[in-house]
Order: sequence, then structure tokens, then C-alpha cells
Amino acid sequence: MSQYEIVIGLEIHLELRTKSKIFCSCPTTFGDAPNTHVCPVCLGLPGVLPVLNKKALDYAVLTGLALNCDINTYSKFDRKNYFYPDLPKAYQISQYDFPVAQNGNLRIQSNGEPRVIGINRVHLEEDAGKLVHSEEGDYSLVDYNRTGVPLVEIVTEPDLRSTEEARGFLESLKKILLYTGVSDCKMEEGSLRCDANVSVRLKGETELGTKTELKNMNSFKAVQKGLEFEVERQISRLEKGERITQETLRWDEGSAQTVSMRSKEEAHDYRYFPEPDLVPMEIGAPMVEEIRKTLPELPLAKRERFIAQYGIPEYDAEILTSTREMADYFEECVKIFPDPKAVSNWLMGELARHMNAAGLNFYNIKIAPQHLADMLEMLQQGKISGKMAKEVFADMFASGKTAGQVVAEKGLEQISDRGVLEKIIDEVIKKHPGPAADYRARKEKALGFLVGQVMKVTRGSANPQMVNEILRDKLK
Amino acid sequence: MDITKKDVEYIAKLARLEVSEHEKETFTEQLGDILNYVKVLEELNTEDISPTFHVFPVKNVFRSDQIKESLSPEEVLQNAPDQENGFFKVPRVIE
Repeated sequence: MSQYEIVIGLEIHLELRTKSKIFCSCPTTFGDAPNTHVCPVCLGLPGVLPVLNKKALDYAVLTGLALNCDINTYSKFDRKNYFYPDLPKAYQISQYDFPVAQNGNLRIQSNGEPRVIGINRVHLEEDAGKLVHSEEGDYSLVDYNRTGVPLVEIVTEPDLRSTEEARGFLESLKKILLYTGVSDCKMEEGSLRCDANVSVRLKGETELGTKTELKNMNSFKAVQKGLEFEVERQISRLEKGERITQETLRWDEGSAQTVSMRSKEEAHDYRYFPEPDLVPMEIGAPMVEEIRKTLPELPLAKRERFIAQYGIPEYDAEILTSTREMADYFEECVKIFPDPKAVSNWLMGELARHMNAAGLNFYNIKIAPQHLADMLEMLQQGKISGKMAKEVFADMFASGKTAGQVVAEKGLEQISDRGVLEKIIDEVIKKHPGPAADYRARKEKALGFLVGQVMKVTRGSANPQMVNEILRDKLK
Repeated sequence: MDITKKDVEYIAKLARLEVSEHEKETFTEQLGDILNYVKVLEELNTEDISPTFHVFPVKNVFRSDQIKESLSPEEVLQNAPDQENGFFKVPRVIE
């Protein structure tokens, strides 16, 4: 296998997070009853006129900017013609020779090495409808709710050199796209879909081998498994002296293999021509600059800044910037409680643990950054112990109460008042003259018993350090 | 550029049209005539002229991202040759 070089290029379809469709005012909501978000425009009825949703264009430009692309000043739509029942017009409105953005790149880490993966283009198009194939009977059912949902298609250069690298690229891409907010990137709901062009060649060969196109990989795992299978299949064919047929394949999750898709293969002649119903777009510098203002700090830059600004380890910075929401939460907390490493530990530890267990995310957790910061302050001031803090935190996480409220309600506040502690300790010594005498006779073990008694009386809320101190003092 | 019978068959296939042998002859001739007629344009020198994709001097026509009411499912399916449970029903498409 090692004498072969793997060449992979990806095509990513991304549903944009607009409220309405790309060329009409139907909603883009996922998962509703079939054919309830459909109008004459998305049905392609005669006489209708599509009009471009400005937000979809903004998102496409933003995607291009996030991927370091050149934004084309002149951009237009074209018709891509093919017959398939998921397409009511028998053509898809897409972009052919003047996409919104071109010539970009994405920097990724692959096997610890920095790699730059070229982005060929980013273009706008409309999504197609959804086909349901009946179990029995010779028919299919069509739901046009998804028809006309805005998509950007992102096409990479054939720069990826392993299946792991392809998966890593896709994960980095998803992270960036989530940061920009152009899509919710849910692979399981089909808002992020990935096709791949795969070929192999002998190392040192400059010509590309015959490629196959791989579709229907619905998760990151499926992308890697599908690519692995296809690479192996191609190599074993070449090893046997056979040729690779250029074709479209479908990854079949059930049988874990790639299967030829004949129906979509036959007519690869789409006869593109300019869409006469939509006027061209002129994306001038002012528009681009306006959109650039909405481009957030991207993961890589944020990660570097976190290391420099907060002095936290690389590992922490990587985890904290894995989502924009986590990074924001961290920064909010640090603003109030300026001990970045302590905040980081709690975010990566307790908070992450509780969130995973409860299946919650940063949008729906009850505990606000302010609450966590306040609790950390109480911990620092010795008002609660480290052990109590975890208990208090669990309560805060579940109820949304502040640390102060939880501590007060549970009577958890640590007793650090010297006068109060002395009084309790005097009582304990009086009650247990035996162990007190033992300690005076240099039996260290007796101290542990006395501390235990103080804790029992205070139900664990006495500041243990101070109890030790006072006891030693008194029994000198 | 001459149109051949093979071209006509190919275009017919892409357009899902059934054409008879006689029609193939006719269309080969007619499509050829049309292309030859348009060929006159090739006489023009277009060296420094950028291609025209749209004839009207209009650009950047947008709508804002607002939802309006869709059609009712009854209206949507009104012209459907066949339907089932709110879906359009079509001959089986095998992937």
C-alpha cells in the first residue's frame, strides 16, 4: 500500500442558516410535514420569478472570506439541467463559471504538521427535494420542503493525501463554519453533506489516476470509512492489473462498501447556461468590507491569542476554542474572575462533565459565566472548600441558582470565623479529655480524632486548615 | 459546424424525447440550418468585447430574508398526477 499515493478532493454542501429559502419566501425549517413549505417558485410553476435572498449571498461571501478566497466582483447564476424527480423544474439554479468566491485555502494540522489545503471555489445554489423510496411497491415519494433551501458548495483542490487528513480537514472546516454562523452544520440532518473525489497513483507519478466520485457519507466516521474502503478497492484493482472505471459510487453504511450509482451516472452533460430569471450580482468592495466586519475571530487565531493573552497551555487553548460559545464563556468568566487556568480547569472539567451527562450545550445551560466566576471567588476566599465547590457547582448547574444561594440554602458555607471555631473546639476538648491528653503526650494520631469531632459537630463545614491550627495551638 | 444524426439522438436522449427515424433526419437538417444561420455572427470581430450573459443593464436585485406564507398542501398537490400521504408519488427512482 505504501507505494501508492492517495489523492482526495472534497465537495461540501452546506445549508445556510437563513430563515427563508434562497429564491422565495418559504421557510427553511427542517423536519415538518411533507410539502408544507412549498410555493409556486420552489415548485417551478410557469410564470414565477425567483428573487435572490440577500442574506444567502452575504453568507456565501462570508464563507468565502473565512476560507481566504477572492470574492468575484461579477457573479451570476446558471441553470444546471438534469431530470430527477427531486428537482421540480428539471434544472437546478447553481453557479457555473462565475462563483461567488474562488482561490482560497484552509490551514490544518495533519499528523502534527501544518498543511494548506486549497479551496477551488465557493458557490451558491438551491437545494433539491427529498426522495423517499417505498419499501414495497414500485414508486418513490417526493417532499419538496427542502427544495430551494440555500446551499453553498465548497470545492477543495485535490490536495488531501490520506483518509485521516480528509476527515481532519472536514472537522476543521466545520469548526470554522460554525464560528461564522452561516450554518448549523448538522451532518445528521443533512445541513452539512460531503462528497469526495478519490484516486490513487504510484508515488512519484505526476499524472492523476482515474477518479471515482463517492457520495452518501453522512457522518465524519462514514467519510473516513467510505474513503478507506474506496482507496483499498482501487489499490487492489490496480494490483491485479485492472483499470479503475470513472463512476459515481454510493457509500452503503449497512454493507460497509461502495456501490455503483448508475442512475445519476448516465447524463453528466448538464448543459449549463445563464439563468435568465436572475440578474447578475456585482459584489463590490464596499459590500465585501461590510460583510468582512461580521467575520468573527477564527479558531486558529483565537487559539494563538488565548495562549499569548491568558498564558494557558496549548492543550487548554485548543479545547476552549473548539467552539465559539465555549471560548466566549471562558472569556466572560475570566473577565470577572481573572485566574485563566482555574477557569479553564473548571470549564474543561466539571462544566464539560455535567454538560455531557445532561446532553446540554452552551445555549441551554442554566449556569451563567457570572455564576461560575462568583463560585470560583468564594472558593478562592476559602468560603467553601474544594470538595464543597463540586457539590455547590452540581447544584448550580441543575438549578441555575447562584453559588451564594446554594451555599446559604444548604448551610454549606465554610466556617472560617476564628471566634466561632475556638468556641466549638473548646467544647470538643472538654468532651474528650482522653484524646486531648494523648495529643499533649505527643500522640499525633489523637489530633485526627479531635479534628473529626469538630467536623462532626459542624457537619463538615469547618475550615479544616484552621481547625488543625487552633487545635495544635490550644493543646501545646 | 455540422449537426449529425448522432448529435440529434444524444440531445433527444438528454431531453427524454422519443423521435422517429424520419424526425431524426428532419431535425438534423433543421438544427444544422439554424446553427449555420447563427454562424453569421462569427464574422464579427469580438476580440476586445467581454461576453454578454444578460441583456438588461440590471444587477443586484435582492429580497430580504423574510418568511411569507407557503401554499396549502392541497394547493401544492393540486396538479400532482399521483400522491400519497402528502407526498408527490412518482415512478420508483432506483439509486
